[in-house]
Amino acid sequence: MTAPAQPQGVTVEVRDLRKSFRAMEVLKGISFQVGRGERFVIMGPSGSGKSVLLKNIIGLMRPNSGEILIEGQSIHDAAVRNQYRMAMVFQSAALLNSLTVGENVGLYLAEHQLKGPAEIDAIVARVLETVGLKGLENRAPTELSGGMQKRVAIARALVVEPQLVLFDEPTAELDPLMAVTIGEEMLHLNERTGATSIIVTHDRALAFATAHRIAMINEGRIILIGTVQEVRSSTDPIVQKFIRAELAIPKSH
Amino acid sequence: MFHNIGEILILSWQTVLAVPQLFRWRQRRKVYDQLAYIGLASLSMVCILSLFIGGVLALQTGPVLVEHGISSVLGGMIGLSMCKELAPVMIAILVAGRIGSAMSAEIGSMQVYEEIDALRTMNIDPVRYLVLPRMVAIAISLPVLVLFSIPVGWFGGAMVCDFNQKIAVGFDSFFQNLREVVEIGDVLNGLFKSFVFALAIGMISCHQGLITRGGPRGIARSVTKAVVNSIVLVLILDYFLTRFLLYIQK
Repeated sequence: MTAPAQPQGVTVEVRDLRKSFRAMEVLKGISFQVGRGERFVIMGPSGSGKSVLLKNIIGLMRPNSGEILIEGQSIHDAAVRNQYRMAMVFQSAALLNSLTVGENVGLYLAEHQLKGPAEIDAIVARVLETVGLKGLENRAPTELSGGMQKRVAIARALVVEPQLVLFDEPTAELDPLMAVTIGEEMLHLNERTGATSIIVTHDRALAFATAHRIAMINEGRIILIGTVQEVRSSTDPIVQKFIRAELAIPKSH
Repeated sequence: MFHNIGEILILSWQTVLAVPQLFRWRQRRKVYDQLAYIGLASLSMVCILSLFIGGVLALQTGPVLVEHGISSVLGGMIGLSMCKELAPVMIAILVAGRIGSAMSAEIGSMQVYEEIDALRTMNIDPVRYLVLPRMVAIAISLPVLVLFSIPVGWFGGAMVCDFNQKIAVGFDSFFQNLREVVEIGDVLNGLFKSFVFALAIGMISCHQGLITRGGPRGIARSVTKAVVNSIVLVLILDYFLTRFLLYIQK
């Protein structure tokens, strides 16, 4: 395991990725490239395969066919996973409930014996302060609100000093103010570390505020990749329907 | 079923490969935590269970042996039964219910709520982090619990023999016969069995936890399977281990 150093983003290339669960094909030949330090947002309706795509990219799932390349090397090569530092912020935060907040944040450093206990404590305190959770090291994750848990998950990713960070629905189930805070944290993380970010979200405001490029995915296929402006001005009816969806309730109700 | 057996064998091999990690202090601390959880927390229950097993054994067999005029063998009979059969099997069943269920529930819930995925993304091997400490702890704890269970069971049997009017075999004659019959090898026999049972319970429970899918209902299903499969395997293993031990003692 490489010790954290000043990180630099990595390139990610997904080539003709296909993933099925029994007879149901969830990803039907996904291909795209993400540049170093780029914030790449994947948008699409529920059930379109976004989270499955993310889990394939970080190596938690194996595709039926296709390739995922980090700096041109397959993610399924163990040496590649050791060579590049990657982190994922899960939709559910996925904090280890048997550990305290501080232990969660320092877990990567402690398990890989990259720093001594005192140094880890100092790093954890600093990172928690960065995400606005100063002094909460000894709290249990279950004592925190959903938004705070997400910020702890971001702090855990920060400690890794990732070269690639994946966000799965980072603002889901959060109130608008907390969603803004999380969005800002994501931008800061990207700017501070230069890490490549791949963000899966439904949240149009978050996507338009953070993305360098957006990929629209529908029924397991990418229907558009472009800048925010290109997505906004797309004439594709599915894209338009998704980005302009509003709840219209007649006044009489 | 064969798929599960294959997965358990692979998991066992991965656990063996992770054993050198025990030289790390952090890893040993996890083992100590699990030892306290499995061993210390179960000790009082083991003692109560063993006391009553010994007592019931005396109560069931004592009057019959008295009737046939061979009550003097009660000490040896209860002594052998406890150390070779009842203590290892009954404590293994207790541990399967108490600890196996907790192991599969904890790991299962970590699987369902993506905590294990989070470990993998941090390049932390779940076998090393979760399975190894539990396996080492249960492999140490169960034989130690059996070591406590055996004398407590003897004591329970001796009490019933002494205080029950129909049996009326005193403490001294009970333990004198026990010393004549029971050898250190018989105790080691029980400890060896319990060690094998511990590996089976630990591996089945951890495996069930790791393959948990589908929310709270999936966790409940994993816990049930872990406990039932562990108990069934303990009883099957008991037969084959007994045959094996009888064969090598010849």
